[in-house]
Amino acid sequence: MTQMDLMTAPAAPPEGGDLMVLQSGWRLAVREFLANRLAVVGVGALLFFVLFSFFGPLVYHTDQTNTNILFTDQPPGAGHPLGTDDLGFDVLGRLMKGGQASLEIGFLAAAIATVIGTLWGAIAGLVGGILDAFMMRIVDVLLSIPFLFIVLIVSIKYGASVLTLSAILGVFSWLTSARLVRGEVLTLRVRDFVAAAKVMGATQMRLIYRHLIPNALGVVIVNITFEIANAILAVAALGFLGFGIQFPQTDWGTQVSNSVTEVLNGYWWLVYPVSICLVATVMACNLVGDALRDAFDVRLRRR
Amino acid sequence: MTRYIIRRSLTAIIVLLGISFVTFLLLHFIAPSPGRAALGVRATPAAVHAYNQQHGFLKPFLVQFVDYLNQLLHGNLGFSFVLNQSVTAILGERAPLSAFLSGTSVVLAILVAIPLGIFQAVKRNSVGDNVLTAVSFTLYSTPVFLFGVLLIQIFVFNLNLVDANVPQSQTLLGALADFKDIILPIVALTATNVASYSRYQRSSALDVLAQDYIKVARSKGLSTRLVLMRHLVRNAALPMVTLVGLSIPALLAGNLLIEALFNINGLGLLFVNSLQRQDFQVLLAYTLIGAALTVLGNFIADIALTVADPRIRLV
Repeated sequence: MTQMDLMTAPAAPPEGGDLMVLQSGWRLAVREFLANRLAVVGVGALLFFVLFSFFGPLVYHTDQTNTNILFTDQPPGAGHPLGTDDLGFDVLGRLMKGGQASLEIGFLAAAIATVIGTLWGAIAGLVGGILDAFMMRIVDVLLSIPFLFIVLIVSIKYGASVLTLSAILGVFSWLTSARLVRGEVLTLRVRDFVAAAKVMGATQMRLIYRHLIPNALGVVIVNITFEIANAILAVAALGFLGFGIQFPQTDWGTQVSNSVTEVLNGYWWLVYPVSICLVATVMACNLVGDALRDAFDVRLRRR
Repeated sequence: MTRYIIRRSLTAIIVLLGISFVTFLLLHFIAPSPGRAALGVRATPAAVHAYNQQHGFLKPFLVQFVDYLNQLLHGNLGFSFVLNQSVTAILGERAPLSAFLSGTSVVLAILVAIPLGIFQAVKRNSVGDNVLTAVSFTLYSTPVFLFGVLLIQIFVFNLNLVDANVPQSQTLLGALADFKDIILPIVALTATNVASYSRYQRSSALDVLAQDYIKVARSKGLSTRLVLMRHLVRNAALPMVTLVGLSIPALLAGNLLIEALFNINGLGLLFVNSLQRQDFQVLLAYTLIGAALTVLGNFIADIALTVADPRIRLV
């Protein structure tokens, strides 16, 4: 996008100014994104799962508070399109409820990670010197600690709800975005418009918020989609091991935690519908991420 | 070259120090009173205090950290109060099986992913490439445990070829006694690794294919086979070294989930069981080892790359 600015800047009408150029760069990226059919499918799938999880329960009413032990593990049939689980909950309704937790954690953890990572990377890249070296060594240290391990350890002590789990996942997954933003800031801070802003007396904070972060936004946005995918996978792994959201709440990972027994019993409706939701959501995030990366990367663009 | 290795070793040592500080910090805050853990819930506060005092858990924070480091340097990873055994011994018992499982699947994954990625790059946008991309993309988005469940459904319940349980022996040889039962876990791990490696290998091969020296080699009249073997494979496979080094945390996570799914008596299952027992000494010791392995893996990958690729040495 930034190279695009340079190329279009002289041609832009003077009254348009900075904003015009910025918009056209964005519009190009959007057009490029929409031309990618797989990406549109990804966005559609994500929208579908968000609507399914959050608005589905408004249309499809099920009892997700009272167990029904006389009606457990029923195969799909009348009244229960996807059968019932081992506590007698309707599986379709359970999927919606689980999807809420999984998606909330995915989005929230990605948001937390992105905010921390972006600020960390921008400050390290802009200030440079010893502070930069120190901050990036911290990133190196945390990056070499296996993510799933540390998240599991901290979550058995502190986490069982959507909020705590998102916080834990977010706090340990901002490292990639910090590295990306720092790299971006390092190339941006020697550019002329940053020098111009400095000459005009902009403070460090203004430089970061007004000039560096908006220009590094492409990288950040691409990374968010992958962060969401990773957070959803991580919380699924936690749930699978039995350390996810606690009953009576549920998430997609928790729903497959007894999968081997269920497969053994032939209760396929307890394993495959939720697996499909999980894989499709993660895949949709990855598709969108790949397409966004191509859309923002001017070099890959067809002209 | 030597200067680079020295500088690289120094950063590795600093990062290792940082890692041990983080694990110590976590241990300190999550499991603050080893006396309570050692003596049980019915011990009097005075006894707990005496125990903590005696074993140096009441000393200042930094003194305790230095003690901890000193113990680590002597190969002592702490003491599990839950299992009443030294952590080093517990981990040492189970390491061979996990190492075998992860090692085999990484080697297999590399052997599959390099030719696969290069094939995809050379036959770019062909039907084969598109099918393989779709498959690897799906696998890449599938949690390894779900893929394992699918394998169990097909090969254990439908086809009845193998058993879903790996023999519960403590030793590596014992667990391998019924070799065909460990095939499924290895396949599951290998497949997920191939999914991430081959994507990378494909784009790396595409980059190399666009280089001038490939055009030169072609215009000299070299056969396609020679161009591929001599010029493409070597250059395109080099970044794989870095990728494997970087993927160690993911490998350990996959190992943990697969061992939990197939009930394999290795470090991963030990970790899961320790979570249930809240045995923080074991948990953090394994985390420390995992992190150290990651640092070591990246270090070796960087050094290997500078040895293998003269272009990097110049920088």
